[in-house]
Amino acid sequence: MNFFAIIAIYKFEMARTFRTLLQSIISPVISTALYFVVFGSAIGSRMEQIENIEYGSFIVPGLIMLTVLIQSVSNASFAIYFPKFLGTIYEVLSAPISYVEIIIGYVGAAATKSFIIGIIILMTATLFVDVQIKHPTIMLLLLALTCVSFSLFGFILGIWAKNFEQLNLVPMLILTPLVFLGGSFYSINMLPPIWQQITLFNPVVYLISGLRWSFFGTADVSIHYSLLAIGIFTLICITIIGWIFKTGYRLRN
Amino acid sequence: MTSIISIKNLTKTYSNGFHALLNLSLEIEEGEILALLGPNGAGKTTLISSVCGLLSVPKNTITIGGFDVSEDYRKSRSLIGLVPQEITIEPFETVMNAVSFSRGLFGKPKNSAYIEQLLTDLSLYNKRNQKNMTLSGGMKRRVMIAKALSHEPKILFLDEPTAGVDVELRKDMWDVIARLKESGVTVILTTHYIEEAEEIADRIGVINKGELLLVEGKNELIQRMGSKNLLIELQEPAKKIPTSLSRFNLTLSNDGMQLNYIYDVRAQKTGIVDLLSELKKASFKLRDLQTSQSTLEEIFVNLVKE
Ligand SMILES: Nc1ncnc2c1ncn2[C@@H]1O[C@H](COP(=O)(O)OP(=O)(O)OP(=O)(O)O)[C@@H](O)[C@H]1O
Ligand SMILES: [Mg+2]
Repeated sequence: MNFFAIIAIYKFEMARTFRTLLQSIISPVISTALYFVVFGSAIGSRMEQIENIEYGSFIVPGLIMLTVLIQSVSNASFAIYFPKFLGTIYEVLSAPISYVEIIIGYVGAAATKSFIIGIIILMTATLFVDVQIKHPTIMLLLLALTCVSFSLFGFILGIWAKNFEQLNLVPMLILTPLVFLGGSFYSINMLPPIWQQITLFNPVVYLISGLRWSFFGTADVSIHYSLLAIGIFTLICITIIGWIFKTGYRLRN
Repeated sequence: MTSIISIKNLTKTYSNGFHALLNLSLEIEEGEILALLGPNGAGKTTLISSVCGLLSVPKNTITIGGFDVSEDYRKSRSLIGLVPQEITIEPFETVMNAVSFSRGLFGKPKNSAYIEQLLTDLSLYNKRNQKNMTLSGGMKRRVMIAKALSHEPKILFLDEPTAGVDVELRKDMWDVIARLKESGVTVILTTHYIEEAEEIADRIGVINKGELLLVEGKNELIQRMGSKNLLIELQEPAKKIPTSLSRFNLTLSNDGMQLNYIYDVRAQKTGIVDLLSELKKASFKLRDLQTSQSTLEEIFVNLVKE
């Protein structure tokens, strides 16, 4: 194992995060605060409780997921796309380091960053609404798993993307709808039966539901399905990355 | 001399089907400076990229220090530092961080003293805390060299290190290369300047259309450059060269109308006077005499033209 290389990549990426601290941390915090003002206070005060939970508290897990998913994908995709775009990737490719080490470095840093953002959002939320976490360990575990698996997904996206447009396309066209339709702001029990069935094909439903379970002890789908879903998603990402590196897809001609 | 890099029958085809290298074999000796010359698109960068891990290469084609580049990539790559043709550098990083990052990537523990010395040698020390994007083009190139040397490689690849570089920086660059050679580093560089190859290389390789046309010691090449041709045109065709002239190693053209004599201009006796008197004795009738000299440039141009 080339530990120095992993540390070098990780530190390099974290330094990039802290250089752009304002946009990487402040902006998600501001947008979360806006969600709470609009959905939590303005609309939420007129909403009924959902499953005996105040609406303002109910949306906290969904909001955390919303930001963490999008941040993980965009951080990791940008982290690998940018060196490709600049050409500085040559150095990583010429270095005595394995694919696993490259991934640990880049994905690790991206996941760390989005994990930190997730925690910051949770803390921001406590300023607006009453937040209690029934299963904190499961909560942290789910959050960490989500950060890692979606950073892996972002890494794939960053390698696949040939231009900035493609880089933005997937988060905008696929991820955002999936998250919004994944029950961030509502319980899927509130949907008509046919839509409840369709929604179950949306993987994000399992993530949000799982995180909500760790907060409130009740959820749309069982926590076991949530853990299984995220496990399968991680496995798929790892398999694709394995294939990318084996074939050199868009990295080595 | 043992070879530190051994390339055997390397053929590189890009994904669009273009054959950039054709069955190329090359042995690079430890401690030498090898200059690769060749026109644009000849395959120089492709060759370097294949050796340095930027392109995938089949097993048993390239070894570095005895390690196969695809099997033993950790060991083979750790011996190499690469300065690519294009300046590609993280714009927002400081010089110091960029160079330290490279060292880490190659699996070496931190060594501030070495990095500081390296930056000093490359006249970058007082820029160490500046962001890369605030540097001039020449300084950026030095940062690239510092990055390549950050992990104390045994082999350094420089892809056109002096392209678009002013005279002074070019001289500096030559000094850097000379110092590296003294410390035992093997240097492979590509260049479009024949004088540059003449100035610093031990051996010169010429690549054209993916094929290695020649690899030869610089001194042997200069020997060739130092030789002149004396072309003797005759009035009547000669059938053969008489034995009295055999010591001059003359060659007779197919039509028998021209004799060619190769001599060394730097030799004390060029042998021309002797040759002319021997020719007279053998009753050759001369029409005209011409001399010509082949330069490295001419050798190069002749090699690469179709
Ligand atoms: N990624 C690629 N895909 C397809 N063809 C390529 C690719 N990279 C290079 N080539 C082709 O391979 C040939 C050799 O290119 P290479 O960059 O090795 O030349 P070079 O000798 O370094 O030229 P120069 O002196 O201009 O740097 C060229 O014809 C080039 O067009
Ligand atoms: Mg080139």
